[in-house]
Amino acid sequence: MTVDDDEVRHVAQLARIDLDEEEVDRFTEQFGDILGYFQALDDVPAVEPDPDLANVMRADEVDEGLTQREALRNAPETEDGYFKGPTVS
Amino acid sequence: MSHNAFITEERIEGDADGALAGRTVAVKDNISTAGLRTTCGSTTLEEYVPPYDATVVERLKAAGATIVGKTNMDEFGMGTTTETSAFGPVENPAAEGRVPGGSSGGSAAAVAAGEADLALGSDTGGSVRCPAAFCGVVGIKPTYGLVSRYGLVAYANSLEQIGPLAPTVEEAAELLEVLAGSDPNDATTREPPADAETDYAAAADGDVSGLTIGVPTELLEGADDGVRAIFEDALAELEMKGATTTAVSLPSVEAAVQAYYVIAMSEASSNLARFDGVRYGRSGEGEDDGNWNESFAAARDVGFGEEVKRRVLLGTYALSAGYHDKYYKKAQDARAWVKQDFDSAFESVDVLASPTMPVPPFERGESLDDPLQMYLADANTVPINLANLPAISVPAGETDEGPVGLQLVGPAFGEATIIRAGSALS
Repeated sequence: MTVDDDEVRHVAQLARIDLDEEEVDRFTEQFGDILGYFQALDDVPAVEPDPDLANVMRADEVDEGLTQREALRNAPETEDGYFKGPTVS
Repeated sequence: MSHNAFITEERIEGDADGALAGRTVAVKDNISTAGLRTTCGSTTLEEYVPPYDATVVERLKAAGATIVGKTNMDEFGMGTTTETSAFGPVENPAAEGRVPGGSSGGSAAAVAAGEADLALGSDTGGSVRCPAAFCGVVGIKPTYGLVSRYGLVAYANSLEQIGPLAPTVEEAAELLEVLAGSDPNDATTREPPADAETDYAAAADGDVSGLTIGVPTELLEGADDGVRAIFEDALAELEMKGATTTAVSLPSVEAAVQAYYVIAMSEASSNLARFDGVRYGRSGEGEDDGNWNESFAAARDVGFGEEVKRRVLLGTYALSAGYHDKYYKKAQDARAWVKQDFDSAFESVDVLASPTMPVPPFERGESLDDPLQMYLADANTVPINLANLPAISVPAGETDEGPVGLQLVGPAFGEATIIRAGSALS
């Protein structure tokens, strides 16, 4: 299985993670090995799954939540009680 | 305190009395503690302070335990050696120069070194059992749904459970009793069936007479010779105490590592999308030119280490257009196959046994350049997460290269059975 560097750059862009050129080179090589290893999944037989599922319901009652102050506490930047993101041009 | 087992050392006193009064507990740093930073071993959460306690932390406090700190771990739980932490690697107190296993390496090291009486880890594909085995302590991965995941920072939700680590089987069982129970804040928790034995500490009575132990041949094939010899000795000891052993076959486990990594990486790529540097997490350092995507990508470049990037990217790939059916869907088929295989095995045996890890503890740095080799070391632990089953790792002996763990696997909600069997070895 081979993966080229453009595929690695494309998937990094989908995942919103910047990579430097060294990382692109390393991942290109490693992804080929790892995805090659995953090929064994092609031989998995079809199995009739027998899921043991049960609905888990609860009453829809209003409960205490976080305060605005608690919710904003970990944000790198806030303004007037809101999260502050990058500027939209 | 020289093993780098803790990321944050701070005491949180619990209630005055309870089942764990007077005991100290170390908590893995991906389990939320209100007011005490919870980093997941990552730069991106270096300063993150949760506004609430995980359900298991509330339970520890109510049981009278004293929390002594947050333990070091592979970043977001992604590793088998506790070397991918942004806070530096953990040393193995039981095997100098070797890794403590991962990803709950700090929790296992804290218990092995006597820095805490007990510890909490989380196990997505072996992250409690592997470090327990490598550090010579006991670790339990509970049945999926027995313990609440509320407040556990998610890596792969469909696979992971919080579990106890302790010096002995009985102490691990005592801690499990405190942790177990359904939780309205985690809809995947379930009450054990009415006929299940849930008095876990009392089950640590060492009585294995009449117990049938199945040994899956596929989980022995790849084992190192020294590990295998110790495993055979442990089985002989259980036989001497009245258990019988029989070989069983689980053909599906040949696809388990592949299925596990595809599913775990796919879930991780979705779960870790929240770390965008806006609501929490480290923000990007690039120019703010009005492009949100570029700003997020910069934040995630500085916030995530290499193993996390690798898994998020591979998970994104496995879920992307054109590849979903080839990887993710086939991995789900394999998961159903593994589950079916275990179900059939438990029709004729009470527990299954294997070495927890096929190899002794790695030397430090040994596996970092070859991620695939590191993934393959999880061959004996990941099938259990795919099948949602409980398993325990108990110390079985030592080679020149360090401790070896014996893994015992039970049917769903069969914790008492594996605790009883494991306690026969100690």
